Amino acid sequence: MARPRWFSVRQELTPKRGRMLGVLAFVLPLALWSLFSYIPWLWHPMVRVTDPGDVDWMRAGLLIDRHDFDKEVASAHDAHTHAPVGFRANPIYFPAPHAVGRALYTAFTTAPVLKGDLWLHESLWMSIQTIFWGFTISSIIGIPLGILCGSFIAISRLTEPFVDFVRYMPAPAFGALMVAIFGIQLEPKIAIIVIGTFFQQVLVVANTVRKVDGALIEAAQTLGSKRRQLVLRVIVPASLPDLYNDTRILLGWAWTYLIVAEVVGVSSGISFFINQQAKYRNFDNVYAAILIIGVLGLTIDQILAFIGKRLFPWKNPRASRIRAFLGKLFGLRPPGTPAPKPPQLLST
Amino acid sequence: MSEPLPDYLSQAPAVAARFAKIKERPVVLEIDHLGRQFAGEHGPVVALRDISFKVHRRELVCVIGPSGCGKSTLIRIIAGLDEPTSGRMLVDGKETSGPCPERGMVFQGYTLFPWLTVKKNVMFGLKMQGMADDQADQEARQWIDLVGLGRFADAYPAQLSGGMKQRTAIARALAANPRVLLMDEPFGALDAQTRAQMQSHLLEIWRNVDVTILFITHDLDEAIFLADRILVLKAHPGEVQEVIEVPVPRPRQLTQLNSPEFLATRRRLEELIHPRVEAHAQERLPIIRLTQVGDDVE
Repeated sequence: MARPRWFSVRQELTPKRGRMLGVLAFVLPLALWSLFSYIPWLWHPMVRVTDPGDVDWMRAGLLIDRHDFDKEVASAHDAHTHAPVGFRANPIYFPAPHAVGRALYTAFTTAPVLKGDLWLHESLWMSIQTIFWGFTISSIIGIPLGILCGSFIAISRLTEPFVDFVRYMPAPAFGALMVAIFGIQLEPKIAIIVIGTFFQQVLVVANTVRKVDGALIEAAQTLGSKRRQLVLRVIVPASLPDLYNDTRILLGWAWTYLIVAEVVGVSSGISFFINQQAKYRNFDNVYAAILIIGVLGLTIDQILAFIGKRLFPWKNPRASRIRAFLGKLFGLRPPGTPAPKPPQLLST
Repeated sequence: MSEPLPDYLSQAPAVAARFAKIKERPVVLEIDHLGRQFAGEHGPVVALRDISFKVHRRELVCVIGPSGCGKSTLIRIIAGLDEPTSGRMLVDGKETSGPCPERGMVFQGYTLFPWLTVKKNVMFGLKMQGMADDQADQEARQWIDLVGLGRFADAYPAQLSGGMKQRTAIARALAANPRVLLMDEPFGALDAQTRAQMQSHLLEIWRNVDVTILFITHDLDEAIFLADRILVLKAHPGEVQEVIEVPVPRPRQLTQLNSPEFLATRRRLEELIHPRVEAHAQERLPIIRLTQVGDDVE
């Protein structure tokens, strides 16, 4: 067989290539970052002074513009004074990978600068609480309302125009108002996440519910389903896997609202940590914190995806490799599955 | 064809006796001057006009007609999924409307609930009627065995072939204990072999279950093979053109597909559905010659 091509429209890659590209997706940006961090002549627009020489305004450890430094060196040569010495460096906002890597560890172990400030893990925990409550409150109201909107046109006509209207108001704009109502602690931040998520959620859920195949509803009607049963026994289970995915995506949006929400009132959580560290110009810590958010989000999403595959076995009858492996190991089969044959997917 | 075909109206004594017996049975479904109009761009469009017929208990009636004759609209109205603009519908002599399990339906597109296993699909109607889980479970098993899917009771619809899906759908509709089973081109999406199997299978089920069937199809052979009577509709507007009592004796076998009665009925159906058009009136496709003249294939 001919070697499969790397680029063919809509054709699956071999599993090996797929995995390789997945790794490259992270390795390439890291490599680029390393190149600019470790190879001095690529960029390095600054100079870190190691010996100020006779230049009175310089001090060891100072980071200055390369051209300013060169000028001082030239004038020192002309004046036959002691020239300053230094090495080329990147700006402070561009720390090297190893510095950020170290910060990933030290950020957790460094005591907060001011008494009463939070450790990184405490800040993170605060953020997670904020997002959890904000998203939970939004979902408890938003998902049922969305399902009703998707099921009953009357409810959709009554609510969706207004929801659509509020949706366009940026959630942070409610910040001052929320502080006035809820005070300066976590509550206004949770409220902003709710505002940011809820209105989108209603519309997204309603649209997903509207995609339920009408033929299924008709079939249920001919089997004697009444209104309530149509919603609870047909529409809800039929749209559940898609609703689950919607919720995953919306949770991602909630993370973006988190950062703005946290600067409302008394700054808190991971945003507070980031702002504080930026103030002290510890940019390696800033990068570390941002990376942690990314890793946290990705991890939660992957866990939810993993759970999702097992929650809806009918979407993916062969999803559970663990189950299949255990089955092979012990010769067991989940009761009654038609295992003698592989799942048949015939056109007939 | 050497022998001339018999008249499709002439029935063997056994067949005639059978029809006499059917007509003595009570009427289960009566359609009375049913009409349906749709609002079109240029005024109302008449989809069905003045449709009247009766179906007796345990009779199998096929509805056939050219595309656009409104046979799907008719069955949807009977199922209660669409409203007629005029006329009435009676089940067991009582006027009725709206969807109801007394008029079960098997759709062309299977419409199984993908999140439920075969057994749970079949249990659906029973549970809607408030039956306890245990009892519904037992009853469902009987129906699943009847359609021969016992081994697949716990499989999900996505794991089944089309024929198996449709058998599940039949079991699901029958489990709800309908007076009339409505079937809207149920085998239309199946390949020819599976379809033939399903037709024999349906007759087998029908023989063993107290159910009256109204079956819609566009396949002439299917209609003759299955039906006691065939209701032939015509298009624009949809009206009953003729009701044919199929002279093919029962039990039906695939070998009868070439029997003289079968062929005679088929010829009549063809006359009704595809009326012979004068040669010059026939629309000819403007096909351009795209190959070498010497390359004739016929």
